[in-house]
Amino acid sequence: MTLAIELGISILLIIGGVFALIGAIGLARLPDFYTRLHGPTKATTIGVGSIALASFAYFAGANASYDLIELLIMVFLFMTAPISANFLAKAAMHLKVKTTDNTRGQPWDQ
Amino acid sequence: MIEIALKVTIALIALAVVLNVYRLIRGPDATDRVLALDTLYINAIALILLLDIQLDTRLYLESALLIAVMGFIGTVALAKYLKRGSVIE
Repeated sequence: MTLAIELGISILLIIGGVFALIGAIGLARLPDFYTRLHGPTKATTIGVGSIALASFAYFAGANASYDLIELLIMVFLFMTAPISANFLAKAAMHLKVKTTDNTRGQPWDQ
Repeated sequence: MIEIALKVTIALIALAVVLNVYRLIRGPDATDRVLALDTLYINAIALILLLDIQLDTRLYLESALLIAVMGFIGTVALAKYLKRGSVIE
């Protein structure tokens, strides 16, 4: 494995870890449920996608084995994250989960 | 170089898991807990992929794929249950 490939894999790994951590910080710190929904569904998804890409690149570079399972995981996560976020937001609107005080208009008004 | 990046990434994901467990315990609503579980299974997939790189094997990739599929189904089922009171009508 050449140095350039190793550098690329390392950068992808670090980016993935940082994005997953940012998503988790958003989940832990943001004020209400509707804002907390943003962290995991966007930042964490792209973080894990980056780690899957790094794993694919590692095994393609190290063993020259080109199984597509990591890419399948990545595509599946990218497809399912917005769907589950939509379901959860619908459930929260049905249960009338509280918003923060400076939210303009309630989501279930319209 | 990959070894160091791998260790750092595992530490970052482990910290993310700790924060998710904090939100899972804290709540305050049921939807927050479902969202924390959703994030936890995505982080579990990341940890399995990193374990595969660490051990230099491809044994556990299928389990990561299965967790992705089953976790999505579980999240949708829980959201349906919270919204309608039953999973399948």
